[in-house]
Amino acid sequence: MAITEVPHIVTARRGYEDSHTLERYLATGGYEGLRKALTMTPEAVASEVDTASLLGRGGAGFPAGRKWSMLRKDPLTYLVINGDESEPATFKDHLLIESDPHQLIEGVLIAAYALQVTRAFIYVRGEFALGLERVQQALNDAYDHGAVGADIFASGFSIDVVVHPGAGAYICGEETALLESLEGKRGFPRIKPPFFPAAIGLYGQPTVVNNVETMSNLPWIILNGGAAFAALGAGRSTGTRLFALSGRVRNPGAYELEMVKTTFRDLIYAPVLGGGIRGSNQLKAFIPGGVSAPWFGPDQVDLPLGQDEVGDAGSMLGSGSIVVMDSADCVVRAAWRITKFFARESCGQCTPCREGSGWLERVLYRIEHGTGREEDLDLLLDVSDNISPGLQWPPQQTTICVLGPSIPSSIHSAIEMFRDEFLLHIKEGACPHA
Amino acid sequence: MSLTQENLARAKELIALYPEPRSALIPLCHLVQEQDGWLRPDAMEEVAALVGVTPAEVRGTATFYDMLHTESVGTYAISVCTNIACLLDGAAELLEHAEGTLGIGVGGTTADGAITLEEAECLADCDRTPCVQVNHRYVGAQSLESFDQLVADLRAGRRADTIPNHGTLVRVRRTVGLKADPAQIAAERAAMAAAQADRAAAKAPVGGSSS
Repeated sequence: MAITEVPHIVTARRGYEDSHTLERYLATGGYEGLRKALTMTPEAVASEVDTASLLGRGGAGFPAGRKWSMLRKDPLTYLVINGDESEPATFKDHLLIESDPHQLIEGVLIAAYALQVTRAFIYVRGEFALGLERVQQALNDAYDHGAVGADIFASGFSIDVVVHPGAGAYICGEETALLESLEGKRGFPRIKPPFFPAAIGLYGQPTVVNNVETMSNLPWIILNGGAAFAALGAGRSTGTRLFALSGRVRNPGAYELEMVKTTFRDLIYAPVLGGGIRGSNQLKAFIPGGVSAPWFGPDQVDLPLGQDEVGDAGSMLGSGSIVVMDSADCVVRAAWRITKFFARESCGQCTPCREGSGWLERVLYRIEHGTGREEDLDLLLDVSDNISPGLQWPPQQTTICVLGPSIPSSIHSAIEMFRDEFLLHIKEGACPHA
Repeated sequence: MSLTQENLARAKELIALYPEPRSALIPLCHLVQEQDGWLRPDAMEEVAALVGVTPAEVRGTATFYDMLHTESVGTYAISVCTNIACLLDGAAELLEHAEGTLGIGVGGTTADGAITLEEAECLADCDRTPCVQVNHRYVGAQSLESFDQLVADLRAGRRADTIPNHGTLVRVRRTVGLKADPAQIAAERAAMAAAQADRAAAKAPVGGSSS
């Protein structure tokens, strides 16, 4: 299937200026998936999602159907939507929230019905002022339309949805930190086990936490069947995914592509997608799945955009965001800035992450700014090893959450791939790209 | 300064949306910032009383989050992202330029109280770099020249129709309360209390004192 022939599952309304309105949504098949779901049993709805093999689109890629099946039986359960998109270079949920809020809400309602949850919270990143307004307006309109509230569409099922604003903290994308935040606290990730909020979640009750893009797929899956979704992609990576492409490409943007059947080369170079590297420079390295992911070099550009395919190659598809660096970019500076981000966003609970991120940032800073020492490379790797022992992939961790082991990814990659550039910084006492 | 009657009513509507009042803590902090621009100590005390926690707990939460301010902020908070995608496209130079033209460092506010400058982490708009927000509203990729124009426009009030003053986050209000079952929250609170009591009982040592 050509790149352009892939069905637009989550971006079907992207061409419309008024894609966020109820009028446009209803005129383009909106809420038909929910109406269909309400004629099915909750188990049958969940079964379609299982058949679709929909992997969570937040970053960890856990199968949504399995997550649902783990929800502990209890009279009081919750559904929480993670719209706290903050992984650097990730901007696909931002797009879905702003441009198609009804699709998100319909997905939430379908999930709530399948789970028989009567209260759902949509946690939206605080910095998304327009997104928050769009989702709140859409929710108000959906209540008026009879899609949310008591006895929705005269089905006998009742559900309330609350839009909850975040307040600026990367760590709240971690689902247990998000729950703490939703409870009005600092966003401190919770100690595991329990590994899943499905056992103990919001207010200690069983809770399913799903990502915005995951939810946005549900109307299509219910209307077209899980099998139709599973027919797209290959292996464990089914359906399409909204990939966020940024950095030194001619056409940065969010592109909905069939998983596995599309490669990083397609995404970066196809004229209808990234359009290739800007100017006359060459591809130097790319980050395949958000800044928590180890980097790839030009020789890995033919890898398919699939979860296991990227995982087996030593990195992760993560949040589906690809950053392209070219031959003029300084990898030391890039690794320093990414590390500075982690140092700033570490919640501070665990010593290896809190202290390690700061040390790594300062050592990288001095190398980039010309006062590095030759032994700094070993020091960087040693501190990294204390955060994530062995520096393996998938990483080991010494911390409560995965922010810690994400810190060494870019540092380890940059040193492995470009050791000479680090040494040049140290030898010349300056950044050769500055 | 305390909440106006209207905002106090809104605060109570927000609290009613949650099974536990404390969940409204961050929404109430946003509400206070909408009224005052930042979180005055007495406002944090008021929020604490409304959701049933101590003022220290409100401060503890507020100081964790970048968007909640316990010190005054200018009318317009300009956030310049310098994370990876923006860094590759001149964000550090833009931030340096901003500091120079505004005459303030990151975190500072201009003497006229108009503008606060912030260095932001990724703002999730990486196909329009370098990314800038004003009061958390995207203003598109900025060059050094367009940035100066943006500042001039803000100072002259020419962006006031699309960018409300700092603190106002969401101008669209929820129009309906909870609809599912009016008795549901009470039932949820009772069920939760029972579940918590069960867990506490399960953890208690059998046969009283363990000494």
